Amino acid sequence: MLKVENISVRLGSFSLRDVSFTAGQGGYLVLLGMSGAGKSVLLQVLGGLIRPDGGRVILGGRDITREKVQKRGVGLVFQDSALFPHMSVYDNIAYPLLSRRIGRSGLRRRVLQLAGITWVDHLLERSPRYLSGGEQQRVALARALAPGPEVLLLDEPLSSLDVQLRSDLRMLLREINGRGQSIVHVTHDYEEAAMLAGQIGVMEKGTVVQTGTAAEVFSDPRSEFVARFVGIRNFIEGTLVQSTGTLKNFIAGGISFTLLSDEPPGEGFVVVRAEDIIISASKTSSSAVNNFPATIKSVRPARVGTEVIVDIGREMGALVSEESVASLRLRPGKRVWISFKASAIKYIRG
Amino acid sequence: MPRNMIQVIMRDLDAMRLVFILLGGLVLLFIIAPLAGMFIATSPAEFFETAVDREVAESIGLTLWTSMLATIIFGIAAIPFAWILARKNFPLKKLVSAIIDVPVVIPHSAAGIAILGFVSRDTVVGRLGESVGLNFVGSAPGIILAMAFVSIPFLVNAARDGFAAVPEKLEKAALVLGASPARVFFTISLPLAWRSIVSGMIMMWARGMSEFGAVVIVAYHPMITPVLIYERFGSFGLAYARPVAVVFICVCLAFFVLLRMLSSKYDNAES
Repeated sequence: MLKVENISVRLGSFSLRDVSFTAGQGGYLVLLGMSGAGKSVLLQVLGGLIRPDGGRVILGGRDITREKVQKRGVGLVFQDSALFPHMSVYDNIAYPLLSRRIGRSGLRRRVLQLAGITWVDHLLERSPRYLSGGEQQRVALARALAPGPEVLLLDEPLSSLDVQLRSDLRMLLREINGRGQSIVHVTHDYEEAAMLAGQIGVMEKGTVVQTGTAAEVFSDPRSEFVARFVGIRNFIEGTLVQSTGTLKNFIAGGISFTLLSDEPPGEGFVVVRAEDIIISASKTSSSAVNNFPATIKSVRPARVGTEVIVDIGREMGALVSEESVASLRLRPGKRVWISFKASAIKYIRG
Repeated sequence: MPRNMIQVIMRDLDAMRLVFILLGGLVLLFIIAPLAGMFIATSPAEFFETAVDREVAESIGLTLWTSMLATIIFGIAAIPFAWILARKNFPLKKLVSAIIDVPVVIPHSAAGIAILGFVSRDTVVGRLGESVGLNFVGSAPGIILAMAFVSIPFLVNAARDGFAAVPEKLEKAALVLGASPARVFFTISLPLAWRSIVSGMIMMWARGMSEFGAVVIVAYHPMITPVLIYERFGSFGLAYARPVAVVFICVCLAFFVLLRMLSSKYDNAES
């Protein structure tokens, strides 16, 4: 278990203030925040590359706040993989093992095992210079796993990859986590966070402002950052089920949404942007396939327009203009219909 | 040459480029002409006679091994120092960097005077050397010191630039992977900066080998070749100094080309 208590760092004009969180044994914690929120600095503090001004880092019951970098028992994968360009893939993976007395055959066995897990066994003799971005990250993962770290720290490991490679690497990360490896992963991509995280910690301006499961954090955002990214309140956890044709159904707490997706059925999340939800006084016929009777719970001004929270069996937020509020006479308690198109729903595989 | 290629060349030759090429040619000629003149003025017979002259051969041998030893001995201290300059911030770092360049900007005779004053028999260093059997004045160790003094900036600066070009992230990654700082230096920083370091060592060695001013003051005897050339010129005139200069230049160039070839072969093997 990784326990971070009140970590503070000042680096020029940037600072981390009172960062605290706990990452459970074998868990997958994603620290989500915009660039400049302090995620990378925090990882370097955990890795021992930056010494904090205050606070404690406790890993597996051991206080490692001031422990030497090489003795902390953490693995760190950088955004751009940081492979050693003058060594082969094999030597890169073997690098952390060379200072351990495991013998030549033991070393070879371990490198081959790690290369197998990360699907790089066919690249062992190659130079990292000639690998694709995805291959480099997989080698970096194998290398970071080699010493058997208690926790694996990942600094935006997917952000330099294209869509297909991301999906492959995500699968690999899940698999590694599934083998019991604790992971702390920082990213600015909320979809990545939703897909991978057991726990999410939202970072803003040098501190952790909210922690919880993806559903908790996104459906009840307590920071501008999350609210702005996922729309307001419309982050819904549930199950994607097969339906007819290209349309699929997503079931969440007895409510069924209809959406377009080529993802296989399974657990996941859907996101509907508040801007895409239409409020009407009565049921209308349109191309929108999601139509729900709703009761208005609150009407309040947003930064632009007006935020209307309605109840359809669960809360949904819609963003409408002040003119619409006036012409439809929207007020709490009023019964209305909300509708949105199947294509307005974004599905994120959990 | 095919006609369209000539056309391409002619089209690219605008007036400005012609002027630049002309100026470049003049600079090249300025370097080549005196050297070529010296070679032409030396007959093959003179050349071989000088090459087997015992005094000349011994002098060239002395020059080569003292300059190499100067590079190796001081390189061992200069390379880790260059790493510190590239990686660490400390008070007065700018001043330290400026001090490194001092030997390049002061007159080399002045450098010789400074070294002589530092190592002569009545100084602490001189006495210390004498107690272990090292006499710095008029001896090979003195030559090594004088050569190192004027040539070490070339190695420190090249090695520092080489280390600075190694991404710091790689060193951090190695530390996190459990390597000790010493292992990180020897397995990551040093190999990745090696190209610049070798190039700096070749420059330091070449600069030390060609040093005259500082060495002549610390050690007129035993005579390194630049001093021998000067002595023959002073005692017998141009015609006697020239063949020695030509032989020495040939030896230097041969070594220089050989070392460059070896180091570029290493580069290719690495990449």
